[in-house]
Amino acid sequence: MSAAIAEPTITEDGRRIGGVVMEMRNITLRFGGVTAIKDISFDIREGEVRAIIGPNGAGKSSMLNVINGFYHPQEGEVWFRGEKRGPMKPYQIARQGIARTFQNIALFKGMSTLDNIMTGRLIHMKTGILGQAIWKGGAEREEIENRERVEKIIDFLEIQKIRKAPVGSLPYGLQKRVELGRALASDPQLLLLDEPMAGMNVEEKEDMSRFILDVNDEFGTTIALIEHDMGVVMDISDRVVVMDYGAKIGDGTPDEVRQDQKVIDAYLGVSHD
Amino acid sequence: MPAEFWYGVEVMLNGLMAGVMYSLVALGFVLIFKASGIFNYAQGVMALFAAQTLVGIQTGLVPFSHLINAMLGTKIHHFGWNVPTFLAILLTIGVMVLFAIIVEKLVLKHLVNQEPIILFMATIGLAYFLEGFGDLMWGSEIKKLDIGIPQGGNVWVEESTAFLGGEDFYGFYLDTLDIYATVIAIALVASLVLFSQYTKTGRALRAVADDHQAALSVGISLRTIWVIVWSIAGFVALVAGVMWGAKSGVQFSLSLIALKALPVLMLGGFTSIPGAIIGGLIIGVGEKMFEFLIGAPFLGGATENWFAYMLALVFLIFRPQGLFGEKIIERV
Amino acid sequence: MIYREVGDFKTTYRADGQTFPIRFDRIRYYVVLAIAFGVVPFLINDYWLNAILLPFLIYSIAAIGLNILTGYCGQVSLGTGGFMAVGAYSCYKLMTGFPDLNIFFCVMLSGLITALVGILFGLPSLRIKGFYLAVATLAAQFFLVWMFNKVSWFYNYSASGQINAPERTILGQPITGAETSAPVTYLFCLSILVLLAIIARNLTRGHLGRSWMAIRDMDIAAEIIGVNPLKAKLTAFGISSFYIGIAGALLFSVYLGAVEVGEVFGIQKSFLVLFMVIIGGLGSIFGSFAGAAFMVLLPVLLKNVLVGTLGWPTDIATHMEFVIVGALIIVFLILEPHGLAQLWRIIKEKLRLWPFPH
Repeated sequence: MSAAIAEPTITEDGRRIGGVVMEMRNITLRFGGVTAIKDISFDIREGEVRAIIGPNGAGKSSMLNVINGFYHPQEGEVWFRGEKRGPMKPYQIARQGIARTFQNIALFKGMSTLDNIMTGRLIHMKTGILGQAIWKGGAEREEIENRERVEKIIDFLEIQKIRKAPVGSLPYGLQKRVELGRALASDPQLLLLDEPMAGMNVEEKEDMSRFILDVNDEFGTTIALIEHDMGVVMDISDRVVVMDYGAKIGDGTPDEVRQDQKVIDAYLGVSHD
Repeated sequence: MPAEFWYGVEVMLNGLMAGVMYSLVALGFVLIFKASGIFNYAQGVMALFAAQTLVGIQTGLVPFSHLINAMLGTKIHHFGWNVPTFLAILLTIGVMVLFAIIVEKLVLKHLVNQEPIILFMATIGLAYFLEGFGDLMWGSEIKKLDIGIPQGGNVWVEESTAFLGGEDFYGFYLDTLDIYATVIAIALVASLVLFSQYTKTGRALRAVADDHQAALSVGISLRTIWVIVWSIAGFVALVAGVMWGAKSGVQFSLSLIALKALPVLMLGGFTSIPGAIIGGLIIGVGEKMFEFLIGAPFLGGATENWFAYMLALVFLIFRPQGLFGEKIIERV
Repeated sequence: MIYREVGDFKTTYRADGQTFPIRFDRIRYYVVLAIAFGVVPFLINDYWLNAILLPFLIYSIAAIGLNILTGYCGQVSLGTGGFMAVGAYSCYKLMTGFPDLNIFFCVMLSGLITALVGILFGLPSLRIKGFYLAVATLAAQFFLVWMFNKVSWFYNYSASGQINAPERTILGQPITGAETSAPVTYLFCLSILVLLAIIARNLTRGHLGRSWMAIRDMDIAAEIIGVNPLKAKLTAFGISSFYIGIAGALLFSVYLGAVEVGEVFGIQKSFLVLFMVIIGGLGSIFGSFAGAAFMVLLPVLLKNVLVGTLGWPTDIATHMEFVIVGALIIVFLILEPHGLAQLWRIIKEKLRLWPFPH
């Protein structure tokens, strides 16, 4: 059976949330003797902002890695856009339209901001080797077209001043923004953000929240994010998945989850039986 | 058993002995790599330099005599004395320790946080430097190295194993020098293993190899450890240089031992002492057996030039971290 | 204000992406080309050609090739000597097998053959990384040298094992063999170098170059954003080997004329080109030129000073050369690990502000 099509809904602020775009069914992930994810199922609907939260070590990053194909679960299935995912390499999954940012920034330190974001366009750039060797004509045109798109993202993220700066020299907050830009550049359908606010001060968090919401609003991009700041999660997400010790202990709207006793116990550290 | 079989066994024994020598050289690499993350390409040239210095001191050569003669028009060559072997060895060890100190002060200290490829290139630069320096200091002619170890086929071994193969087999031909070299190498390897496991300095070495920052935080002086490690590597180089030099004379080709150690390290992992030992034995036996069984009869010989690399390469494809190296787990 | 960097605002992306955005640099580039093509051929003599210019041109090609693989794509290779040998021997077989084939095509085809060999030996790079890969390329190096030594088909069964370049002409002028003239060989190699350098610049400025650099900087992240690591690495190996093969073919046919594989294409050649790339600057086309110039000029300089001026015997000069080259490499790596290209950038920055310190 293909992914269940729930009725599209309209949220309070007028965004359209569509049917299920990604579904995790009974995912179990093991590393040697350690079970990182135990039999977790949840779905992500098109156009929504889905948060994944939980105490440290709950398996959230591993979950994200399963979603973008870096880890392969030993059991369970991943369904994307109504199709079961077969054995695929990460770069093939990227081409399907899934992009992500990383907890410890994974920018290309040897390149400038502009170049880093341009790498996000790689999956859309098709000129062959011969065309690139000649450059004039097709290759140059493609480069300029993609440059224009990247410049829109640079404008959107307000990082014009640093476009030529080597990325390694930028402060942490700006690097995170550049990484977001790189992920956006690939025109993803599903954007995975791994702790995008980590290490930021209040102002930077507000900026980043605004960017995330704008992306979701303007481009309709579905977003799944891992985040520790509860205020942010409650503010910007439509639905929340709560993980603890590799298992799912909550799934619903922020309000529902906030009042769930199991979630409260997990965060307050009540001992498990 | 036909004589052919016993010849094969002889090849294998020679391979094992060559393997022990490879392990010894590889050990020098492993020590430095473990302690400082540097692959010391200069290890081979260090062996050459150590051997040159030993012979030079023994025969009373004047250091830099050619250079001095060229600059000043003089014709000096020898001091005229001969230094007894034991003293010469001690002095050479002293020179290698001095070398370690200088390298640490002038090179290592300044390259602390660079990427591995830069460090590797620096050791290649060091190798070139030391090669030219050694030649300037002691001259580049082939020298004969004699520290009193007997050479030539060991008669006792030959006679006592002659019974094995019947009429066509004359007993195992094992060079006495090789036998001595094997015994010395095993002793050295054993003492190095004991040293690193049971002494305070050895423990400090292992701490540094694990985590520089952590070692610093418990008060271990990184620089002292590096000097110690390079001195030990220098000593290992001396032993290797003496063994190989006694066999084929002290000349440039000695420095190519370094290249032979590489497949050993690829097999055994760059950070493992037992890996260096087992890797050395596998390469030693492997390349001799391959040459004996396939290389000489079918491929025109001289396959020892590349077989070790191919073997290591094939091995690496299936097990990229080598036999004993640490498994590289990639996290994002 | 001749060197105007400031206030020069580009209004189109095309202008922003130029190789020489500053007008002065662009003019200087055309002037250099004009002098190289129009003036030097008239001034050149055999000594300059053989001691400096030809090696510089040929090694620049090799350095650009290795830079693509190691500097841009981050795959360390110690097999450059072996791949140059593939280029040389392919050229030899093509020249002797197809006597009517123009030398230019022989050289280009040798490059293609080397590219294929390079891709083959590049396959392990998918499993083996970093340092281990460097050592694996040594396998290629030693195996190739052994093969060209042992398999007599490669040197047409000649007794000496040496290969000799038969005489060829281009546009009516002898280009290989004993009768060549300096301007002809110089212009031939120069033209090939300029063509290849432009292609290299184009390849590294587009999405292929970026995918290489992404693999170099963080290959896992590169794969996650959509780079196919197999394709990227193998194209790097292929294109790099293409360049290196051409350099080897030119070294054999136009420069040396005769080659014995162990002497000319041994591991010391691999190190030589690697030094050029590192001293010149990894990931920089300009750096490849700078490094090649450095490593070609240095021994010539030393020989002239030590043997010519000071009158030392040649073997001492050689030892001294090793000492100085070794020391210089270490000094360079300590002071400026990013090579001459970076040094040049820093000098320009300082000059921008001079006489102010910052």
